Amino acid sequence: MIRRSVLLLALASGFFSCFITGAHAQSGTELHFCLRGEPKTFNPLLVDDDASENVRYLTGGVLIRVNRQTQALEPALAESWKVSQNGRSITFHLRAGLGFSDGTPFTSNDVAYTMRLLMDPQMHSATSDAFRSGDGKLNVQTPSPDVVTITFPVPIGGLERLFDQVAILSARSPKKEMATLGAYFVAEYKAGSYVLLRRNPNYWKRDAQGNHLPYIETVRLDIQRNRDIELMRFRRGELQLINRLDAEQFDRLEKENAAAARNAGVGLDSEFLWFNQVPSSPLPDYKKKWFQTTEFRRALSLAINRADLARVVFFGYATPAYGPVSPSNHFWFNTSLPAPRYDPQNALAELAKAGFRLENGGLSDSTGHRVEFTLITNSANAVRQKMATMIQQDLAQIGVNLKLVTLDFPSLIERMTKTFDYDACLLGLVNTDLDPNGQMTVWLSSGEDHQWNPNQKTPATAWEAEIDRLMREQASSADEKLRKAKFDRVQQIVAEQQPFIYLVNENALSAVSAEVSGAAPVALNPQAFWNIDTLRLGPSKQLGATK
Amino acid sequence: MSLRGITRGLCFGVLGIIFATGVFAGVVTHYSYATQFRETPNGPPCAAHLLGTDSLGRDLFTRIVYGTRVSLLLAPAAALLATIIAGILGGLAGLRGGWVEKTILAAADLSLALPLFFVLIALRALLPLDISPTFSVVATFVTLGLLGWPASLRMVWAAARRLRDSDHFLFATALGYSKSRLLFRQVVPNLRPILLALFWISVPLFILTEATLSMLGLGVMEPLPSWGNLLRGSEDFSLMFENPWRLAPLGVLVVTVVCFQYILPKTGETA
Repeated sequence: MIRRSVLLLALASGFFSCFITGAHAQSGTELHFCLRGEPKTFNPLLVDDDASENVRYLTGGVLIRVNRQTQALEPALAESWKVSQNGRSITFHLRAGLGFSDGTPFTSNDVAYTMRLLMDPQMHSATSDAFRSGDGKLNVQTPSPDVVTITFPVPIGGLERLFDQVAILSARSPKKEMATLGAYFVAEYKAGSYVLLRRNPNYWKRDAQGNHLPYIETVRLDIQRNRDIELMRFRRGELQLINRLDAEQFDRLEKENAAAARNAGVGLDSEFLWFNQVPSSPLPDYKKKWFQTTEFRRALSLAINRADLARVVFFGYATPAYGPVSPSNHFWFNTSLPAPRYDPQNALAELAKAGFRLENGGLSDSTGHRVEFTLITNSANAVRQKMATMIQQDLAQIGVNLKLVTLDFPSLIERMTKTFDYDACLLGLVNTDLDPNGQMTVWLSSGEDHQWNPNQKTPATAWEAEIDRLMREQASSADEKLRKAKFDRVQQIVAEQQPFIYLVNENALSAVSAEVSGAAPVALNPQAFWNIDTLRLGPSKQLGATK
Repeated sequence: MSLRGITRGLCFGVLGIIFATGVFAGVVTHYSYATQFRETPNGPPCAAHLLGTDSLGRDLFTRIVYGTRVSLLLAPAAALLATIIAGILGGLAGLRGGWVEKTILAAADLSLALPLFFVLIALRALLPLDISPTFSVVATFVTLGLLGWPASLRMVWAAARRLRDSDHFLFATALGYSKSRLLFRQVVPNLRPILLALFWISVPLFILTEATLSMLGLGVMEPLPSWGNLLRGSEDFSLMFENPWRLAPLGVLVVTVVCFQYILPKTGETA
């Protein structure tokens, strides 16, 4: 009886939810798209997952916003700002007369409260890591309700850009973090199902005609992990946006509906592989020696046909990768880096320099060991498995016997970070930060994300020591030109030493329905809705069709 | 000959052809299963590639032929292993009774309660990485065989218990048959039909399990083909309308499973 009642209830709720969904879709004031996972938090200071990050972008008000299209800084809650000459402090002049979504006034005390909370070690905020480049306490002064000065213990490179990630909280609102200064606020949340955002009546921004922004009344974010279902719903007209599409889905959509498939060009994300260079790893000594040999790494990099990877695996929606910075990162990309080459003959020449020789189709080292090793990657990722299979054939041409093993993610992470029992690994990096300071833990030899040899007490090689020095110097400089010069050198060392063999940068691909006007997807996250406050839902199907 | 007899004959014939194609793969096709024709990924059928190419430009016909070798030779081997284990343990439990029966049944229940996929994932993670694709595929099927016995065991156990309680078994015991004579003259002939049925049921089951494992990226490693990882290439059914030839691996799998079902002995034949 109970089971029957539950079934009836489920059917009824399904009917009503369909009815409600239909009503929303007809209203023309609700934008509907998906989050690819459950948001772990609505506290903007504790965000460390993609879904929460998207909710933060839509709801959080920040002092300075990085324009995702121009990549330039724009005033947001702060009308203007000034960084001190030593790069340690920043003074914001706030817009007057603003309020949170619940009506609580916004003042400099809210900025002070947010910064103190953010830097509180008890908070364990991932956002705060970028502000911690030295020991000491933060000092926040609020000389007036519209002015706030924040002083850090040491200079921080690219300080103002970091505030794009800091959503300001109210010090006084009873709604705590649910009171927002961004375009929307969280009106409803049903775990595992959806997040409903409603337009913030007190949002500060106006359009050129003085109209209140955002134009769209509500945003419904369905929690949907399955990408195929997401695409199917988009095709059926149930969703108006897909923020990220993989290359195969995009290719399919473009054939069906070219206007809806939006290619913003090369994105920030990269796919790469690396060799295990950890001295204490359980690998045999001859393998450790191969992997620690620069010529070996350079040769294998030369033997990989990146153009084929981009064309075959990514359907042409990817670009051979130069190094750690994508060409779409306009300021930080080192334009003097050599273009990635595919040259098996030169690869063999490099290997010969290090004592390797090709005999009977197989490559051997100077001690007679046949060059064969295993490349691991995560299972259930068809794209990486295809890449690995193509690399396997490429390396076979220079006599390398590559074996492929796919592992579930926890096992992969355990091998990468604890046991170090692997030869080489293929993974990808989702890059959300343009500034190199976001990659400090990757490049510092003491960093835990320095995957080829993490957590070093002292740098194992001279070139790693040089990278450490350059990264620290750029991080503590307020001079952007100097920082750029130093990080250019880091990119050059990485290209020479190939600790990570960068393979491709995938294009930023998204889908936008013809019902949405004003969408202009970009390479930076959030690609398709970065300008959420100026998007419109038009009655005409033609509205969003222009590219 | 009855209609069922004709159907069974046909199914044996089809399975024979499929088996032979797998065994003589090198004769049937002159391509390597690993060679990538990168200029023609996802190519349609043509004179050079009878069933077109897969997403990396590999000849699909060649991969199905070599995949047949992997799936159709190793799945019966795994089924045989599972059936032997089920036969020995089930027979022992049914005939001996007492604490032996309780222990074996408890072990079977425990094994049934274990989620198979998690066990396989854990086992794969524990295996050394530096193994060849051939060893990996053999290990996968051996693991399937070692883990696939508990469901069959209960059927063997029930049959063995019936046998133990039967008059003719009691009579043979009373006549003072030796244990080996009892085993070979009474137990094996009486349990053989049910063991055969379990074996034939297990073969398609293991083929499908390997296919599922490969869909999760845990079965046969690239570039070695199996029906499972070939099916993985046709995960997206919306593509199938444009490229129906990519359903060929699924077609072969379905035909094989159906043929196995038809050649199974009927209830009367197993009794």
